[in-house]
Amino acid sequence: MRNSKVITVALVGNPNTGKTSLFNQLTGLNQKVGNYPGVTVDRIEGSCKLNDTICRIIDLPGTYSINPNTIDESIVLDTLINKDNPDHPDVVVVVADINNLKRNLFLFTQIKDLGIPTILAINMADEMDKKGISIDLEELQKQLKSDVVLISARKNIGIDELKKRILNPSITNNESLANFSERIDKDFFDKIKEDFKDLALYKAWLYITQCNDLSIFSKDYQNKIEKLRENESKLSKLQHRETVLRYQFINNILKKTYKKELAKATDLRATLDKILMHRIFGYVIFILILFVIFQSVFSLAQIPMDFIDSTFTKLNTIVKSNLPEGVLTSLITEGIIPGIGGIVIFIPQIVILFLMVAILEETGYMSRVVFLMDKIMRRFGMSGKSVVPLISGTACAIPAIMASRNISGWKERLITILVTPFVTCSARIPVYAIIIALVIPRKNFFGIGLQGLTLFMLYFLGFAAALTSAYILNKILKVKNKSYFVIEMPNYKIPSAKNVFYTIVEKTKAFVFGAGKIILAISIVLWFLATNGPSNTFDKAENIVEKEIKLNNKSLSDTEKQQKLATYKLEHSYIGILGKTIEPVIKPLGYDWKIGIALVSSFAAREVFVGTLATIYSVENSDNEKSITQKLSAEINPQTGEKLFNLPVGMSLLIFYAFAMQCMSTLAIVKRETKTWKWPLYQLVGMTAIAYLFAFLTYTILK
Amino acid sequence: MSKTVADLKIGEKGTIKEVCLNDIPLKLVEMGCMPGKEITLKQIAPLNDPLYITVNGSHLAIRKDIAKLIQIDTPENKQQNLCETVKS
Repeated sequence: MRNSKVITVALVGNPNTGKTSLFNQLTGLNQKVGNYPGVTVDRIEGSCKLNDTICRIIDLPGTYSINPNTIDESIVLDTLINKDNPDHPDVVVVVADINNLKRNLFLFTQIKDLGIPTILAINMADEMDKKGISIDLEELQKQLKSDVVLISARKNIGIDELKKRILNPSITNNESLANFSERIDKDFFDKIKEDFKDLALYKAWLYITQCNDLSIFSKDYQNKIEKLRENESKLSKLQHRETVLRYQFINNILKKTYKKELAKATDLRATLDKILMHRIFGYVIFILILFVIFQSVFSLAQIPMDFIDSTFTKLNTIVKSNLPEGVLTSLITEGIIPGIGGIVIFIPQIVILFLMVAILEETGYMSRVVFLMDKIMRRFGMSGKSVVPLISGTACAIPAIMASRNISGWKERLITILVTPFVTCSARIPVYAIIIALVIPRKNFFGIGLQGLTLFMLYFLGFAAALTSAYILNKILKVKNKSYFVIEMPNYKIPSAKNVFYTIVEKTKAFVFGAGKIILAISIVLWFLATNGPSNTFDKAENIVEKEIKLNNKSLSDTEKQQKLATYKLEHSYIGILGKTIEPVIKPLGYDWKIGIALVSSFAAREVFVGTLATIYSVENSDNEKSITQKLSAEINPQTGEKLFNLPVGMSLLIFYAFAMQCMSTLAIVKRETKTWKWPLYQLVGMTAIAYLFAFLTYTILK
Repeated sequence: MSKTVADLKIGEKGTIKEVCLNDIPLKLVEMGCMPGKEITLKQIAPLNDPLYITVNGSHLAIRKDIAKLIQIDTPENKQQNLCETVKS
């Protein structure tokens, strides 16, 4: 690593230009996803080594211009304009789509004017012949005063050339492209030049029109900017003129350098649009796609999940029989292994869900759904764009709530954020799966499996709850709302296996290590609470149980004695005491104190439910060869002598989990996105109240 | 009444004459929705809103309320500028 130099390269481009494909191509799996400080925009960084130089590659969020409309876009602006930003690049690569060079060049001209060395990478160049496009590369380079490279990120064409240019640009001219400022309003901009002497003119202009945080400037500059901003309509007029002039400039260049034979253009897009966005078929296809998604999540995931479940059970048995008895072994077999098992068992379903959502996004179909659903969603106070969060919500509410960021109207966005947690997320699946397996018979109803049908109904319930509450919120909320709706319909594409793969790896990693940490920690805490208790009862458990048995004058086998002792211990452990304390509150819902414990720990994260039950029952019942389902199924309600997990209790639990807000991470994200604790608190209280009420009704009716 | 994008029929083309700059999002202008450009209405969503248009090589969906702010000339329809009178 001697003498190695580090340079920062930023990838910028319109959405859907294949920027991410290029990023994957450049960095491979050498990437990490983090957050920008203070906001929850994904910050994606990777690195690659070119000769002796290490390139830090920053994949900036997709944007159409550097005049920011959303948080994502303001990050792009700040990174490019602010020299103190740690990601401020040495080289910018603007990724453009060859099919819409005009609009992509608009962003390019803006960035070029910032005076950073800029390379234009025209992507999807492999489609040129097919689409009858020809480009005069040399002329284009001359006109844009920049390096221009034709690439195809998916087919790995031109990447080496691009790397070469990143290291050694052949054109190092950083002057502004066309003197827009002088042509827009010479007097106005001359004055700015004079007022902001030490700033490049275009930067000064961007600061005046865009930047919220002016604290980096002297008081003098701040006052000048404030003053200029008073004349808002003048500024906005100038911005519009700038846009028009930039397009004139681009049109002139493209006239000389870009040719497209119309005859060759294919009409696949038009045909697909006609079918997928049809008044009737459009919806039919959408519903079918949703059905396929859910079906595959449940049926396809079942096999690996059963495998994981049995593997962990076996592992536990092996560990137990090979390690000496003691606290450590107990921690491993009763705390850690069931805890990790509780995380790993999720992976198949999460992978499948992310796979499906990634494919829908990659093909360009998601935008069509937005178009189809906009009017309907508006009746519920949301936007067509809310469909993306609501569908992603089936994987996890956290990325879903973050996806709500491209909804421009605040009220539409707020409602989407508030109702998304109702959507059945993958964390509920293990809870549903285990309870359904316990209480719903494996029978067919008109050829459809009853268990599958129940699951489908629960999904339906989640969406229905989301829409109903959105409808009510839309009536109640008094929020000022100025919304506009502009969405691009991207070209249809065959999803790139590489992109889909990376998305899945990234998201699954984030889940396993993010949520996984919490689950594992809680499992260990639970194990401790379940194996320890107040000394006056817990430590003397052996004596007390012995006495009790003698008192009842029963003769019990050794195993029965063991069982009785374990139950007594659990009941008098810290966690037992906690469960007993809340028992009166949850009794109307049909739950006992053990379910109570699982319920309490679920408030950290729903998926903990299964792990908790697993931990509790492994502590109580040392027979580790049975799977969790078998153990729960054998559990008897001491009062009725029937199975504890019968239909009323099971249904009541299902309903409770469908509605309750039981995810600390989601609350934290909502707080970050709404910038106040008010909304997450409303969510927590409101959703839990609804859950309690409906679980109570379900139990009472079915009992 | 001057014709706007909202008055187009599916498949019909028009040339943008004027956009009400104060009310229209800058983003739409940045996508190329500006005077002199040809605009085509490709499709209308099932419940008559939003509209699917192409302009300047971009394929966009916009809502009707915004479409009403984009005035156009169609070959058979040459009328005078209304936007100016609205503004004043």
